[in-house]
Amino acid sequence: MDDKSMQREWNTLKMDTQERLKKAAPYAKGKIVSAKDTVALLEAVIKPGDKVNLEGNNQKQADFLAECLCNVDPKKIYDLHMVQSVLSLPSHLDVFEKGIAKKVDFSFSGPQAGRLAEFVKDGKVELGAIHTYLELFGRYFIDLTPRVALIVAFEADEQGNLYTGFNTEDTPVIVEATKFKQGIIIAQVNKVVEKLPRVDIPADWVDFIIPAPKPFYVEPLFTRDPALITDAQVLRAMMAIKGIYAEYGVTRLNHGVGFDTAAIELLLPTYGEELGLKGKICTHFSLNPHPTLIPAIESGWVESIHCFGGELGMEEYVKERSDIFFMGPDGTLRSNRCYSQTAGHYALDMFIGGTLQIDKFGNSSTATANRVAGFGGAPNMGCDAKGRRHSTGAWLKCGQEYGMNEQLIGDLPRGKRLVVQLQETFREKLVPGLVETLDAWKLAKNANLDIPPVMIYADDLTHIVTEEGIAYLHKCGTIEQRMAAIRAIAGYTELGLQADPKETRELRKLGIVKTPEDLGIDISRATRSLLAAKNVKELVEWSHGLYNPPARFRNW
Amino acid sequence: MALRVLEFKYKADNPVTIAKEWSHLGVVGSGDLEVLMESKDLDGWLTVKVVTPVTGFDKVWDLVLGKFANESQLGNVAMEINDNNATPIVVSMRLRQALAEANKLQTEGE
Repeated sequence: MDDKSMQREWNTLKMDTQERLKKAAPYAKGKIVSAKDTVALLEAVIKPGDKVNLEGNNQKQADFLAECLCNVDPKKIYDLHMVQSVLSLPSHLDVFEKGIAKKVDFSFSGPQAGRLAEFVKDGKVELGAIHTYLELFGRYFIDLTPRVALIVAFEADEQGNLYTGFNTEDTPVIVEATKFKQGIIIAQVNKVVEKLPRVDIPADWVDFIIPAPKPFYVEPLFTRDPALITDAQVLRAMMAIKGIYAEYGVTRLNHGVGFDTAAIELLLPTYGEELGLKGKICTHFSLNPHPTLIPAIESGWVESIHCFGGELGMEEYVKERSDIFFMGPDGTLRSNRCYSQTAGHYALDMFIGGTLQIDKFGNSSTATANRVAGFGGAPNMGCDAKGRRHSTGAWLKCGQEYGMNEQLIGDLPRGKRLVVQLQETFREKLVPGLVETLDAWKLAKNANLDIPPVMIYADDLTHIVTEEGIAYLHKCGTIEQRMAAIRAIAGYTELGLQADPKETRELRKLGIVKTPEDLGIDISRATRSLLAAKNVKELVEWSHGLYNPPARFRNW
Repeated sequence: MALRVLEFKYKADNPVTIAKEWSHLGVVGSGDLEVLMESKDLDGWLTVKVVTPVTGFDKVWDLVLGKFANESQLGNVAMEINDNNATPIVVSMRLRQALAEANKLQTEGE
């Protein structure tokens, strides 16, 4: 028998890692490296062309390590391939400007979206792909495995155990993918302590600890001030509660980050109570600790919440509500983006959120012509999970109403996730929210993308709620009917003005379009007075003083 | 930005006027507007004067106001709207609220 097996060294990664660690040894005392030696440490462990993960998401940031990476010598370290959840700090792009990094694969870029588009256009960044969170995490275990990960934790002990606590977020998945493929883990921490409250990442998975000069940055992205909720948002919230939550009995769901869903949260203890829905809807969430959900939690609506991340100021409140939130033995929240997104993809019956633009077919996008904003986690929840096999009432009902079911799978019964977009026909400055063509097409051209970035595709979208009405798109049997239903609720936008009143009447008869009147909603009741809390101070009162809002949300 | 004045008028089949002689609702905040209504002998017409910084939406104003006029059958009323970039839904909601306010029975002194 011929020996066809390869003659090669099978443990090169391990040997290379040991070599790098040896080079780094002079800077470390045990595992601890001082802040001033961090740049030298990075130059010792990173090699040109490495895939490097820089931890950070729409909440916590390894901001000190991000700055240090910008200060390595571009003659020594260059052509890095960054694989990271977000590009949101200026340093995340500076590293490309300085010629240290060349390529990026990421998920979300909020505040840096405009600059990123310029960089891509000017060839300063080679864009791999824009992902959803789960998709990117998945690739960490296939073809985007980091060689070095620069992560962030609250505290470390001398051995290198980490406490990521309330803001655990992406850390476990990054560390798992990196360390178990022989990679190197460097953690910035707020402080080194003798004994951790609990161990979130075990010491033998961590190579270096750096006590950072200041605590890591956290963005309170999910805090919405009730004072800014408009009457029109209250109206859409009433419509959604009556026409969707109650209609389908939605108990397991995720809310998007905007003011529309904040309005829904604040209407549960008032309008929801009035409709007798307590215990029948909104009992289980995959959700960050939204301050606007406090009144509903306090009035007994919510049974369980699993969190993607923490939310600044909610630490004490969450700690005192351990029946509701997932908690460590030490009594603080353990958030976990990867698990919560998995739950969001498979175990929820509804995703509901706002968007920037919906086109005439029902595709929606938050992309504008000059901003590469990315996706984050919304599409993981804003889609029908094709691998789902368990059934629930809401899921079954939506599937029974699905107008294309027979054409696709014949007479087999199958459920369908409710994917709902809340949209004002005109947004501020009278920009239309429903359009002929998405700006995402222009962005694809401007930034040289293979496909226009779409947050939710039309075939996943089941409902649109505008102030004109709800379109039950999944009930439609053809794309022509679906387009007519969208026009019917598009109000005075150019798209809406094309609606044929006769066709709209027909769709109302079929229950595919329902106006506020059809839903039995008195528009004159849609005012802010229905909100359970009208400002941040009232949220603090609802929380019995446990919610401690960041300074920028305090005006009393 | 320069303010523009738009004028519209509508005639109902069976015009009904408002209970109060004069009524006011709303605030000219960003994205909002105020509505003034005055009962006046206008031969059954509803007249509307819109003061707005917005251009390119004259047809939408006509459609929103026309729908309101048709639903309310309002007549012999002079209406004035001072607008600061309100969206059509905000305009519609404020018009309904303004009408409710204009038809409130006088409760002063109670």
